[in-house]
Amino acid sequence: MSAAPKLRSVDLSLAHEHGLTTEEYQVILDHLGRTPTFEELGVFSVMWSEHCSYKSSRVHLGRLPQTGPAVLQGPGENAGAVDIGGGMAAIFKIESHNHPSYIEPYQGATTGVGGILRDIFTMGARPVANLNSLRFGNADHEKTPFLLKGVVAGVGGYGNSVGVATVGGEVCFDPGYKGNILVNAFTLGVVRADRIFRAAAKGDGNPVLYVGSKTGRDGIHGASLLASSEFKDESEQMKPTVQVGDPFTENLLIEACLEVLAGDDVVAIQDMGAAGLTSSSVEMASRGEVGIVLDLDRIPLREASLTPYEMLLSESQERMVLVVKKGREQVVEEIFTRWGLDCVVVGSITGSGRFVATYRGETVVSIPVAALTDAAPKYERPIQAPTTRPAPLDLSGLAEPGDLTAALVALLASPSLCSRSWVYQQYDCYVGANTVVGPGGDAAVVRVRETGGALAMTVDCNSRYVALDPYLGTQHAVLEAARNVWVTGARPLAISDCLNFGSPEKPEVMWQFSRAIDGMRDACLALDIAVISGNVSFYNDTQGVSIPPTPTVALVGLVEDAARTAKVALPGAGAAIYLLGEGRPELEGSEYLIQRFGVTGDHPPKVDMAAERRAGELCCGLIADGVVSCAHDVADGGLAVAMAEMCLAGAVGMRVAVPVDGRADAALFGESGARILVAAAAAAAQQVEQRAAAEGVPCRRLGESGGTRLVIAAAASGDVLIDGSIEELQSGWRSTLAAIAEGRYVAPRPTR
Amino acid sequence: MKWGVVVFPGSNDDRDTAYALGTILGDDVVMLWHGDADTKGVDAVVLPGGFSYGDYLRCGAMARFSPVMRAVAEHARSGGPVLGICNGFQILCEAGLLPGALVRNRSLRFQCEQTRLRVETAASAFSAGCRAGQILTIPIKNGEGCFVVGEAELERLEREGRVVFRYADGAPNGSLRDIAGVANDAGNVVGLMPHPEHAVDELLGCTDGRVIMESVHVWLSNTARGDTAASAAALAASRSQA
Repeated sequence: MSAAPKLRSVDLSLAHEHGLTTEEYQVILDHLGRTPTFEELGVFSVMWSEHCSYKSSRVHLGRLPQTGPAVLQGPGENAGAVDIGGGMAAIFKIESHNHPSYIEPYQGATTGVGGILRDIFTMGARPVANLNSLRFGNADHEKTPFLLKGVVAGVGGYGNSVGVATVGGEVCFDPGYKGNILVNAFTLGVVRADRIFRAAAKGDGNPVLYVGSKTGRDGIHGASLLASSEFKDESEQMKPTVQVGDPFTENLLIEACLEVLAGDDVVAIQDMGAAGLTSSSVEMASRGEVGIVLDLDRIPLREASLTPYEMLLSESQERMVLVVKKGREQVVEEIFTRWGLDCVVVGSITGSGRFVATYRGETVVSIPVAALTDAAPKYERPIQAPTTRPAPLDLSGLAEPGDLTAALVALLASPSLCSRSWVYQQYDCYVGANTVVGPGGDAAVVRVRETGGALAMTVDCNSRYVALDPYLGTQHAVLEAARNVWVTGARPLAISDCLNFGSPEKPEVMWQFSRAIDGMRDACLALDIAVISGNVSFYNDTQGVSIPPTPTVALVGLVEDAARTAKVALPGAGAAIYLLGEGRPELEGSEYLIQRFGVTGDHPPKVDMAAERRAGELCCGLIADGVVSCAHDVADGGLAVAMAEMCLAGAVGMRVAVPVDGRADAALFGESGARILVAAAAAAAQQVEQRAAAEGVPCRRLGESGGTRLVIAAAASGDVLIDGSIEELQSGWRSTLAAIAEGRYVAPRPTR
Repeated sequence: MKWGVVVFPGSNDDRDTAYALGTILGDDVVMLWHGDADTKGVDAVVLPGGFSYGDYLRCGAMARFSPVMRAVAEHARSGGPVLGICNGFQILCEAGLLPGALVRNRSLRFQCEQTRLRVETAASAFSAGCRAGQILTIPIKNGEGCFVVGEAELERLEREGRVVFRYADGAPNGSLRDIAGVANDAGNVVGLMPHPEHAVDELLGCTDGRVIMESVHVWLSNTARGDTAASAAALAASRSQA
């Protein structure tokens, strides 16, 4: 497969080459009443691609809750918006850049970051924080070091240079991603609520402006062919469809666009992302129910020989389309020129309802806008539950470790749970001067100077849970994200989702997808939050094998007072350690099981959404009222790992007694949900107990912080289960990620 | 007093620097556009961090040719305080206002982390409010922060007490002799890789950067008293010690 089909007469086989089906090609013929031109075929192919049209997912996405009291803008715009009080709004979205990042990790990651940033500042918001969710193959896979180093350098290379803080994220290793890594990028911006910009083109005769970098050949058919089909061996040859990022130009674009948007001259603005000039123009025209005509002779080009087909489909980065009020072109041009950016009138808005492009006096494209958008195919793909299930967990064959301290140390040193500092120390988390809690915490917290409050944000998904049960697993993803936000002292506001799945043409993948949507819906309803933006990434398959279903959840919460937040780190000696909520002894789906024994059981931990919400809201309230300033949720690795993380972050030990019902390893490493650890100063301890009782949340005093060791005993017997120094706990925890990046990591063999 | 913060294309700590100087320190701040050969009568100039012109060539190699740099050089020549932070330090080196150069970190990675700095001398415009030996916790965030300089120049820097800041726990980026910041021979021009503007806000965790910026108040009041002598004496004293 070459990067872009070559000019020739249009027929069915050329349509196939463009990724269109026989049926889809027939619909195009019907719409036009004639054979499309070569350029028109290209336009249809990208607009009707899975990536741009959501043709397989649209029938399901409508089930997600998309409105709510805090929602100012739901899905359908460049990004969603929520009210954060004080007349301000947060704009945010998460998006995938998976296939490009596997083929060319550095540029794939940079352009992923660049693209999501543009979605945010086109809404008029200054981007203030980036997060990312990165998933690689097994830590000892031969390609993992190359991909990990490239992606992390790319995320940093773009974010650091463009000047937006990267404040958090997640990094996962799982053999299921070895042929198809995931790079999901999130950006949050802040804007006055009455200055949110939307991208609906209006006004017959209003000029259309092209702004930013010149157009080159990069990224042609990135959306239609690279992002919307399975990976095969020859996909490597699609390297030319990966775009090249230029954070310097983006930095200028941000400043210039925000300056322009502060005035009243712009009607609509949209970035040229997937499917470039075509999709940005068509989407703006569609939202405003108008037509648009482009004069391709005026497009700024990197090389003069670009064809009209290439101009329409190029995905060159750092380009924007603006519709401005007639007569105000010069004011806008002056601002962009001062920032050293190209700004050219390339067309105008019409009342024709058609997308028209001319080149050297000829009309090369003339298509009704509605045919490209509303009339795009929509499929109700077949759904089939898998016929085989993983084996139920039989604990009798899994011997409890004789040395639980060593088991904890090994768990902390595992690729899934080790320190991420090797990654996040390559990201500038300071720029913007608002980072209250940076990387390494449960959620990042970023101050909003205009309101005195702050925003907590996190990205989460345990895809092992989702693989075991897409419905429950996706609920876990939402709940884990909510917990991460609650424990910083924030109230969850809304989520953005990045739904990474295999081929929608596989009924089992569509079953996973549909169940995941249901799980997300029910979890959101239980928490009273909406899904305000997001992205679907299908066709994450390599050689016919799909990735584990990965509905990444980006959740944003509101902190009323930026001075009242909590961190993971123990504040010092003498604090009372409490467990809010109570778990059950269950090892299913746990990191411990997979690391130590190489098994998962047949279901993820059970979900109790009411208990989750009660525990989370209690914790959030305790922080907001200044009762506690240290909290950490119990997640991957269970109670013992959560305790160790608090000790490592604070460089203080703790001595606790935990309830053990049955196996000690289940009590220590089981991942039963709805549990939060808090540390309270002695004077505040009583308040914690009283409020927990009042709110009906189980609350157990486990012990106290102090010393330099983590000592965990069984509550009833008093037997010491774990006793390790901070030094010991952090030995492997600190060094594993660098070892993976340098190709030195050797995975321990599971014991059976 | 009035500060000028230069805005190059690609600067990205410019607004944070203005926030630190204006909102936190309470001084007057104006932004100086790279295309204007004018420092607008400010008392002190900051070249902020960022990636001027994308740093696609050598860091700072393009920015030094900006019209504003002529005015900055003039300001420096007449004894006006100039602080270069990170990319600003790189630009000052490229412009010849400070010796040496900043090259790729030895790790070959961008590094963002807290560092502990030791103030080596109070005899500079940006350490006049510190004690020699004082330890400050201030973050670095750079890919090219490894300070290098020729042998003879290095000895001269040490001899003349112009190494202003040193990494107290060893240079994370491989800088020669753990150097984090240096001054010109008059002490009014200082460059450093760590970011004092990102260590000024209690809420964000650390305020050790304030004293570096507040040092200019001390330096300028000495100068205003006609007491360049005080600065010069301090300078001479530290040099004779070295």
